[in-house]
Amino acid sequence: MNCQEILEKLSDYIDGELDPKLCQDLEKHMVDCHPCLIFVNTFKKTLTLYKFACCEPLPKEVHLRLHDYLKKKCQE
Amino acid sequence: MDIADQVLVQKAQAGDFRAFQDLVNRYEGKVYRLAMRMLRNQQDAEDALQETFLQVYRGLKNFEGRSSFSTWLFRLATNVCLMKIRHRGTEPSQLLPLEEYLPQHEEGQHPLIQDWPDLPDEILLNKESREKMMEALEKLPPEYRAVFVLRDLEGLSNAQTAEAMGISVPAVKSRLHRARLALRGLLSAYFEKKKIKDG
Repeated sequence: MNCQEILEKLSDYIDGELDPKLCQDLEKHMVDCHPCLIFVNTFKKTLTLYKFACCEPLPKEVHLRLHDYLKKKCQE
Repeated sequence: MDIADQVLVQKAQAGDFRAFQDLVNRYEGKVYRLAMRMLRNQQDAEDALQETFLQVYRGLKNFEGRSSFSTWLFRLATNVCLMKIRHRGTEPSQLLPLEEYLPQHEEGQHPLIQDWPDLPDEILLNKESREKMMEALEKLPPEYRAVFVLRDLEGLSNAQTAEAMGISVPAVKSRLHRARLALRGLLSAYFEKKKIKDG
């Protein structure tokens, strides 16, 4: 597997949807190819950071306004 | 369909407003979060939240439960957000050719690529980084952003995302992969510099 193929298969790899043989090839390539190793790690890191970063709680006043709005609109 | 959702949906369909409110309470946080990620504006997100649940209320009588309630709800919410983006009148972002988001390199050479700071996520995620990440998300075309948000941030499966977006599973996978590559590329300059600056 070459660097270009790694790029194409990366999502399948991290989603656990890549054929086991191709997984092995990809991991073997990363042992010898430092740029690909960094690319894969930063690709994974991107997703982890987004999962952590995006968690705005619903403000209490937005919750209250939503329920008022629905009570009014749904009874029209 | 989740049993508890199903029971509440049936009650709400029979005119039980309290059951409808219970469904709203259960999902309002998720819909608001989706809208904030899609629209990056509190007022627009609140409008989208209200509009989505009003559509849910009005559509409940025709909801047959072929998909789960939550997938149907995400479909409505995503469409409301996409409509809001279209109505903003600004030119929607276009995804550049993928090469633009990949490490640059000379023919036959390994690409020049720097690692990101080796710090725990909670330290890496300061106010400035979060802002950069939200800016990058906003640079994705809305249809790509929606797939990334539903699939990677809300944790829907490929099939549920496909249903919520009204596209095929291969289209979900293709958009998701491109969105992820673009986000990594958009953030790499920032995090690489941060590594050099912070050591």
